[in-house]
Amino acid sequence: MYPRAFRYQRATSVEHAVALLHQYGEEARLLAGGASLIPLMKLRLVNPSVLIDIGRLDTLAGRVWAGDRLVIGALVRHADVADDAEIAARLPLLRDVAAQIGDVQIRNMGTLGGALAETDPAGDWGPALLALGGMVHAMGPAGERTIAADDFFVDAYTTALAPDEVLVAVTFPLPAARAGSAHLKFEVRAGDFAVANCSVALTLDEAGRCATIGVGLGGVGLVPVRVVQAEALLRGEEPTPERIAEAAAAVRECTEGFDDVRGSAAYRQHLGAVLFERAMAVALRRAAGEQVGVVHV
Amino acid sequence: MSERDPAALSPSVSAAEAPAERLTITVWVNGQAYTRTVPARLLLVDFLRNELGLTGTHIGCDTSTCGACTVHVDGRSVKACTMFAVQADGRAVRTVEGLAHPTEGGPGERELHPLQQAFHEAHALQCGYCTPGMLMSALYLLEHNPNPTRDEIKRAIAGNLCRCTGYHFIIDAIELAAARMRQQGDR
Repeated sequence: MYPRAFRYQRATSVEHAVALLHQYGEEARLLAGGASLIPLMKLRLVNPSVLIDIGRLDTLAGRVWAGDRLVIGALVRHADVADDAEIAARLPLLRDVAAQIGDVQIRNMGTLGGALAETDPAGDWGPALLALGGMVHAMGPAGERTIAADDFFVDAYTTALAPDEVLVAVTFPLPAARAGSAHLKFEVRAGDFAVANCSVALTLDEAGRCATIGVGLGGVGLVPVRVVQAEALLRGEEPTPERIAEAAAAVRECTEGFDDVRGSAAYRQHLGAVLFERAMAVALRRAAGEQVGVVHV
Repeated sequence: MSERDPAALSPSVSAAEAPAERLTITVWVNGQAYTRTVPARLLLVDFLRNELGLTGTHIGCDTSTCGACTVHVDGRSVKACTMFAVQADGRAVRTVEGLAHPTEGGPGERELHPLQQAFHEAHALQCGYCTPGMLMSALYLLEHNPNPTRDEIKRAIAGNLCRCTGYHFIIDAIELAAARMRQQGDR
């Protein structure tokens, strides 16, 4: 299978990539790792006439701890996050996400920025970004701007990025003490996209109540959703089994789901709620100081 | 390639200039530099097989699923059906042909890599189609984790499909090779 012929250009800087995007408009696509874009091009679902390769912009391939935030460059590979012991210790949710994407080779090719810019409805980074309240940094002709997680996801495969903007980095706020987070994914077969996935990030106060809570749900709708109803039921409350069950009901009802080969709408809704309850359990164990590795459902 | 490339006769240009349909690239494959002028859309797996004649790297599904085309690029295992050759420009590629070592036994005599030897002994191949990709994924695992558990081996080859379903013997072979490679490393 071959994509349609295209013209190839290697960007030498972010500004160069922005200028090329501005010049070629909708004809052009950015190539980062290629893990998602190249299969779509081979299927001829995406047919750029100009391919702008940003894969060598090494300034986008690092991560930095900046005070109360972690900033990850757009070209950081999933594998880099999955193997990062410091990220696993401080934001285990991100390690959970990265370690469950595709397979080893796909994690070696695919990038954080590429996955978010593509925004597959069943992608794993979206729920994590929503649960943690992250921010996306984009460079365009007018300079850099920041897009809040809640404003980023527009529709299936559609984000708030303008056609001439380059996603350059993602910021995740670091939680305060007594924090726990987890991402659970259910896939029908190894390496597949999620039927449903769920991210939970919480902090506990002195009395063991949820001081902050974020819940992101993916795979059940066209875009990942932040389940504010479930968050409201838990915020300021002790996370008892009863409270968590109430919040799970809110997760089940927050979307109408949809039918496809991986499952029915009702199955997806149910699965989302189950994954939420299990993610809560893992996040609470981590908040209590327990070391919990990646949970494969 | 299934279609004739209309730009086949146009002169190549460097990647930093105007966008081009053909580019001249240099790829280091198993320690040797190869310079070729290729269509921008040429896949790395076809570059290896058709331009360089290195047909050890197989094409199975051609959809980034089966892993038969697994090679290492700058030390990372990737699926060569899901990468353009131009992305490997200037990079170091290792293919299954780069596993066996030449020996002093004479021209063409080669000593199998411990993984290849273990696959041979543990009957880790039936039709052999998935084997090159399995070997490259197993090598990537052992380079990062010399003493993996069976569960870790299974996850490491999750991106490689064996349609003979001979997975148990493949896992056995990787365990055997890991043990031997650790012993060699201890020496």
